[in-house]
Amino acid sequence: MDLFIAIFTGTIIAATPLIFAALGELVVEKSGVLNLGIEGMMLIGAAFAFWAVIAGLPMPVAILAGALGGAAASLLFGVLALTFLTNQYAAGLALAIFGSGVSAFLGRNFGSAPIDALDRISIPFLSDIPVIGPMFFRFDPMVYFAIVMFAVISWFLYRTKGGLILRTIGESPETAHAIGYPVIRIRYLAVLFGGLMAGLAGAYLSVAYTPLWVENMTAGKGWISLALVVFATWRPLRVLLGAWLFGGMTILQLQGQALGIAVPSELLSALPYLATIVVLVIISQNRQMLALHFPASLAKPFRPAT
Amino acid sequence: MPPRLELRNITKSYPGIVANDDISMSIMPGEIHAVLGENGAGKSTLMKIIYGAAQADSGEIFCDGKPIAAHTPATSRALGIEMVYQHFALFESVTVVENIALAVSNTFDLDALARQITELSNRYGMPIDPHRRVHDLSVGERQRVEIVRCLLQAPKLLILDEPTSVLTPQAVVKLFDTLRQLASEGCSIVYISHKLDEVQELCDTATVLRNGKVTGTARPKESTSAQLARLMVGAELPEMHVSPSVPSEKPVLEVRGLTAPARDRYGVELKNVSFEVRGGEIVGLAGVSGNGQAELISLLSGERTHPNALTIHIDGKAAAHLNASERRKLGMAFVPEERLGRGAVPPHALWQNAVLTAHRTGLVRNGLVDRKGANSFAAKIIERFKVKANGPQASAQSLSGGNLQKFIVGREIALQPKLFLVAQPTWGVDVGAAAFIRQTLVDLSRSGAAVLVISEELDELFEICDRLLVICQGQVSPPLIRTKTNREEIGLLMTRVDRGNGTNGRGEVAVQD
Repeated sequence: MDLFIAIFTGTIIAATPLIFAALGELVVEKSGVLNLGIEGMMLIGAAFAFWAVIAGLPMPVAILAGALGGAAASLLFGVLALTFLTNQYAAGLALAIFGSGVSAFLGRNFGSAPIDALDRISIPFLSDIPVIGPMFFRFDPMVYFAIVMFAVISWFLYRTKGGLILRTIGESPETAHAIGYPVIRIRYLAVLFGGLMAGLAGAYLSVAYTPLWVENMTAGKGWISLALVVFATWRPLRVLLGAWLFGGMTILQLQGQALGIAVPSELLSALPYLATIVVLVIISQNRQMLALHFPASLAKPFRPAT
Repeated sequence: MPPRLELRNITKSYPGIVANDDISMSIMPGEIHAVLGENGAGKSTLMKIIYGAAQADSGEIFCDGKPIAAHTPATSRALGIEMVYQHFALFESVTVVENIALAVSNTFDLDALARQITELSNRYGMPIDPHRRVHDLSVGERQRVEIVRCLLQAPKLLILDEPTSVLTPQAVVKLFDTLRQLASEGCSIVYISHKLDEVQELCDTATVLRNGKVTGTARPKESTSAQLARLMVGAELPEMHVSPSVPSEKPVLEVRGLTAPARDRYGVELKNVSFEVRGGEIVGLAGVSGNGQAELISLLSGERTHPNALTIHIDGKAAAHLNASERRKLGMAFVPEERLGRGAVPPHALWQNAVLTAHRTGLVRNGLVDRKGANSFAAKIIERFKVKANGPQASAQSLSGGNLQKFIVGREIALQPKLFLVAQPTWGVDVGAAAFIRQTLVDLSRSGAAVLVISEELDELFEICDRLLVICQGQVSPPLIRTKTNREEIGLLMTRVDRGNGTNGRGEVAVQD
């Protein structure tokens, strides 16, 4: 039972950074912009948050610093892709590389000592329930915040006028412009939001998940988040499930390595990435659903006609 | 009373072209005012300026006597100016009511808005279901959505850009009724068109544009078509010469029991299509777009093959399993609907585009392109078909729609086809070039070729075809002799099938009334 609880909670925790990053990217892509630079924004967010902690700032401020770091990085992408209409693929890739460089640079002086991780909170009474308590009510606040963000984003996208505007801009910015919406401004907001969320994801990695500075600590999670969004056919619930699947596979392979299963550990390490992609490819086979949720103008530069 | 809208000396230029040159006009409340002109005359630019989607370089616009400052679509709509675009400004992935909610700027109460839509659309005799996804609507229904969206704003001025190009004759009658009702309630209407008969039927006054300039104003109901056409084109239109056809004994194209599934969810399934085209005749295929034309064209041209070779015979040979190149070897030539991208490679020079289909005529030797030969081949087409182009070196995309179409048609005709397939031959082509292309098709058929024309322009089909077929929901009607049928009969066939049983959602596709 304890093992099961450990795997379950481990899954939820491992999925949390992916939930932040992928939901942020989902919002960006729904507006018709493709930001490939999640990995870079996450790394910058991780470095900013870690730096804030060793500078002695309180934890909430550190996490906020991470989020703002991600947002600042996304602004750079926004200027390139939305104002100067550069190729979004190239700008996103540049951001990914730039972010990993910046974080490595900032991290030179971080040392190798661990920091005090973000505290877990035990919710009064609920956390004392046997089995259920340790499974659901003893996480750090960011885990709950990720779920809240999922609910908020789903509600925003499908229940509010703002969400409708965002989705329709992703389908046809020309039409949205024609009926009078400020396409570029809304896309900037979406990109910034994606940056904030990627920054949060990075901050979570460096101050909660592995409270220890390691260069390139994202280890491809930004790229997996990108894949999650695509294979989840741009739907928030599927992003959430995909993130949990990835988290679960991550924990299972760690357990497998610990148990000494006779498979090379490199292969086991690759398993979460492989399994997530295979499952998502299978569920994204339905072309109709794909056509319905795909932001038709994704990655196409748009400039309002004069 | 000041005019509802007054334009004074509007000028707008784009690099290399003056789209609007010193245009003035005025429209009174409740007036239906036509803006007539050929493609490229500057109509659409002018409408964008009126709506605020583009800004004039100079000139002034007054609404109810007051000048409009800082003009954007938002200011227009605040003033009660609404526009129905030629290419609809609708989002396909969301529902009708969501689309309309995006344009009307009050609270986000979809249920109340849906009730309003139903009420208003019924009052003006064009019912729409507010909860359907735009993607699943026919073009005619989409247009209704656009109009209802405008009407919800209680507009003072409604602009319609070529609204009838996608409608059946019956739907046009309905639309005109709605517009007259609106005008009688005091709404001014600007009606952009190049169709003279419609303007004569509907409009009180007309401003005619040519090359960005006003060439005249007229009262269409009191003018003859010839007078209006002269203002539009600047010259008399050439008269068509259609001599009687002498059909060959055996069909050149024979389609027998052709059934094919839809290409995707939004396509149309072809059901047991049978018809034939003989040498020496032109057969027209009429129908509202989205009724299986795209599927039929791709199966006939060979873009898509069919496992049963016997369903299509070209010149007596089973051909349904052959690809496009093999069918061309049997003497078929094809002019697709999309000129740029399918009919020609946009950035390539005309001589290169000529080689694309004419490579069989000796322009390619031992795998190498004969540049000189291709150049003179292209030059001959340019000369024979009076293509206005900067020589064979001009890129395809530098030509106007009409000239590129003349070039593509010319290129295919130069292959001396036995069977000529052409889709929407005069779409977006100006009146003069369209007349030329139609005459070319007639001449080709009279020289013995079998010609199949797929078009949504009934006037065009009636002008040149010997026999007419109608496609509706993937079924093709028996042939009708042109001289023994009329627009009403064809129009009914265009909306005919399955109206009673309502077995499938796609049944709505062609129902326009």
